[in-house]
Amino acid sequence: MSTTLSTDVLVIGGGATGCGVAWDASLRGLDVVLVDRGDLAEGTSGRFHGLVHSGGRYAVKDPKAAEECIGENRILRRIAADCIEDTGGFFVTTPWDDPEYADRFKAGCAATGVDCEEIDLAAALREEPRINPSISRVFRVPDANIDVWKTVWALARGAQDHGARVLPYHAAVAIHREGDRVTGARVRGARTGEEIDIEARVTVNASGAWAGRVAELAGIEGVRILPGRGIMIAMNHRLVNTCVNRCQMPTDGDIIVPIRTVCVIGTTDEHTEDPDDHTVFQSEVDAMLDDGEKLVPGFREARALRVWTGVRPLFEDAKAGNTETRDVTRAHALLDHEQRDGVTGFVTITGGKLTTFRLMAEDTVDAVCRQLGQERACSTRTEPLPGSENGEPYRLGERLERKEQHLSDAQLICECEMVNRGKLEDAIRRRATTNLDDIRRLLRLGMGPCQGGFCIYRATGILHGLDGLSAEQANEALRHFLQERWKGVWPILYGDQLRQARLDDWIFQGVLGVGHPPSSELDRSAT
Amino acid sequence: MSSTSTPIDDLLRGSLDHCVKCTICETQCPVSNVTPLFPGPKYAGPQAERYRVGDEPSVEWSVDYCSGCGICSQACPQGVKIAEINAQARHKLKRQNGIPLRDRIITRPTWLGRAGTPVAPLANFTLGFKPLRALGEKTLGVHRNGPAPKFAGRRFSKWARGRSGPVSGRRIVYFHGCGTEYYEPWEGQKVVEILEHNGFRVEVPKQDCCGLPLQSSGLFDDARKVVLRLARALAPHVREDPETIIVGNATSCTLMLKREAREILGLEDDLDLKLVSERTYDICELLLLLHDRGELKTDFKPVSERVAYHAPCQQQGHYIGKPALELLALIPGLEVTEMNARCCGIAGTYGLKAEKYDIAMAVGAELFGQVRDSGASTVACDSETCRWQITHGTGLGSVHPIDFLHRAYGL
Repeated sequence: MSTTLSTDVLVIGGGATGCGVAWDASLRGLDVVLVDRGDLAEGTSGRFHGLVHSGGRYAVKDPKAAEECIGENRILRRIAADCIEDTGGFFVTTPWDDPEYADRFKAGCAATGVDCEEIDLAAALREEPRINPSISRVFRVPDANIDVWKTVWALARGAQDHGARVLPYHAAVAIHREGDRVTGARVRGARTGEEIDIEARVTVNASGAWAGRVAELAGIEGVRILPGRGIMIAMNHRLVNTCVNRCQMPTDGDIIVPIRTVCVIGTTDEHTEDPDDHTVFQSEVDAMLDDGEKLVPGFREARALRVWTGVRPLFEDAKAGNTETRDVTRAHALLDHEQRDGVTGFVTITGGKLTTFRLMAEDTVDAVCRQLGQERACSTRTEPLPGSENGEPYRLGERLERKEQHLSDAQLICECEMVNRGKLEDAIRRRATTNLDDIRRLLRLGMGPCQGGFCIYRATGILHGLDGLSAEQANEALRHFLQERWKGVWPILYGDQLRQARLDDWIFQGVLGVGHPPSSELDRSAT
Repeated sequence: MSSTSTPIDDLLRGSLDHCVKCTICETQCPVSNVTPLFPGPKYAGPQAERYRVGDEPSVEWSVDYCSGCGICSQACPQGVKIAEINAQARHKLKRQNGIPLRDRIITRPTWLGRAGTPVAPLANFTLGFKPLRALGEKTLGVHRNGPAPKFAGRRFSKWARGRSGPVSGRRIVYFHGCGTEYYEPWEGQKVVEILEHNGFRVEVPKQDCCGLPLQSSGLFDDARKVVLRLARALAPHVREDPETIIVGNATSCTLMLKREAREILGLEDDLDLKLVSERTYDICELLLLLHDRGELKTDFKPVSERVAYHAPCQQQGHYIGKPALELLALIPGLEVTEMNARCCGIAGTYGLKAEKYDIAMAVGAELFGQVRDSGASTVACDSETCRWQITHGTGLGSVHPIDFLHRAYGL
């Protein structure tokens, strides 16, 4: 049995772009339903290094992208202040970089309007004492970092405040067409199994690296996405407090982004056929650590926390045959299928980068409005997201500061990321979820050095108590979380993180026996 | 050197990578086990450190309740420099919030000693006079019951200058510290006589404070000046002769010279301090080394007494075991009981501070109980501030372990 919803705009894809579209459209007074096959920002958006580009990276190679980045950088600092930390960025010329590039970089920044100032080497090294002292030039640019989960949930909450309905864990299984018109989609709840038919005047395909598959559901061929897979490694603490970029043409392992309590080195770029391919090769990890060593001597001895992969949704014109994915355009691709395929009521947005998600959303909703034949002005350039109204930028010390105010009355559950019990219980109730990974993305639960070793058994107990889950379900939630964490830990098992993994293993396999939880029959016969 | 981003800060901060969250430090912390005001070494150290950004303002107050005893770093099986990270954070907090006048005064034993010594009777009366102490608590924040030492009224260095020791023998440099200089000059005399009895020719250079009280209260800039001045004073006495060493009986102060000043204050590169650090020995450490080589005289006469021995936290920070225990065991007739409570609570000047006095007494309670239960008539302990606290907490007399050696030698 299926139910039916009706809306102006159906958005398929709950990444930054999809949520941006939902926020933009709902601000313009349109009724919106957003669906995602998994959790919000579980795909590409939640799997990047966290950089808000200044545009410097593209200043030489792709001036249009550079202009877009610096423009959006300035806007995001205003509208998403609470999600953004103003770390600033350095472009440094290391001994491995072409010294000629620095002047081209400087000129490129000037031409594209990216604020860029060459600074004194000694001053830069005082500011960032860990970076390689043999660098020859340093430029300061307005790079920043962004907490993407916080951003995406603020977008979703803002959209909901304006009437939007947000349905994570609802995968599109069919897209309805009446002749040359797309009329909506059928979605299936991953947890409920329930199917919902959603009638929509316009359907937006914002599924990023999966956009080709969703377009096919609508019977539209040739939307070809070249997924570019990249790995990122989070280090245990901030080795730098400024985003540090190599001053050279964009390549692998050329940036370290300090974000929240960690710093992230990225990234690689490997073509893959499957956007769900999360393979991490040992050779990639080694190469990345070697690259880290060039920027921060001693990088290999520092503790790596976790590795993960993200898949860029690079859109290829069907006629071109180039598969070196870094050279495919980084600009976003908006496909108005009315113009392209003669199919109305359907728009695809893909490509692009997180820094420009708002602009992508604006362009998309402009196209939606054209399809609807309505003039509705975009207001996302100035409208702050929920939580960012006061324009105060985020500071790393905020959680510590809050914890200090409740030292004796708030029970700390996740010690590494300072998540207290009240916050955890709120999040479990708000999300009405039994998936601890959903909670992790909201609160950063279990994302610190011990990777859940000391908080997840606590959180599972709390989840069990609140939700009235059966013991089997609680055990499953725990095992699922541990397995997810393990995926990111095993490829970097050396040094301190190996010691941590051994201790965690003793706790979960040795003391708690999570591999062999008692069955309910045994439970009953024992009592 | 006032930057918080010196490379040594990086080394200390970098040690947080070794933390596996095992919580052993928290089970050992004497302070967090008696008060909710300090959330514990793991929290304040490797955990909170990940939220601290170079020049951003400090957002904490709780790290000021860390007494700096250093037990966490000693207990950590992974080698995290917990106490040292906390000291850095406390420094940042103090620099930002301003240093109370009290902390500027009680961290300056040299000033206090010079002011108090000539007027010792009056000064001691004042320190013992309850209404004035109550006033001091209200105006300065020094607790009325805090174990303030009594001025001896004479200075050790004057005694040392006024006597002529042996003209031959192995040269040794004596670092007596402020406690001996102003409060317990007799301890210094005993050190000198024991060393001379064992064939040393003792040199007592003009010297000052080591800066530890300043450092433990977070006044790093002042502490750096003070400890470097001391290093400049001591280094010339040992530079020429690689055989000459420095010995001290103030175990916290020798630890400052050996390790803490270099690690916590970021003075690894200072050559004078490096030299002094390499040559400095704790008095019991030295005497036991001599004994191990068969060079210590053992003409000990019996001493019939029951003594309780407490190894101070700072003594444990030397990582030399408990040489005092082994030395005391050489004395016939002496019955020594080792106390296993970890800390007396005072942590230098911590227990003098009005807001921390009760915490310090609660920390010390276990030790005080053990001392009383031991039936000992005297407590032996290597650190002067710990001795004053133990006497304050138990009413029993307390001495440096070398007092018993001195008696047994019949000097």
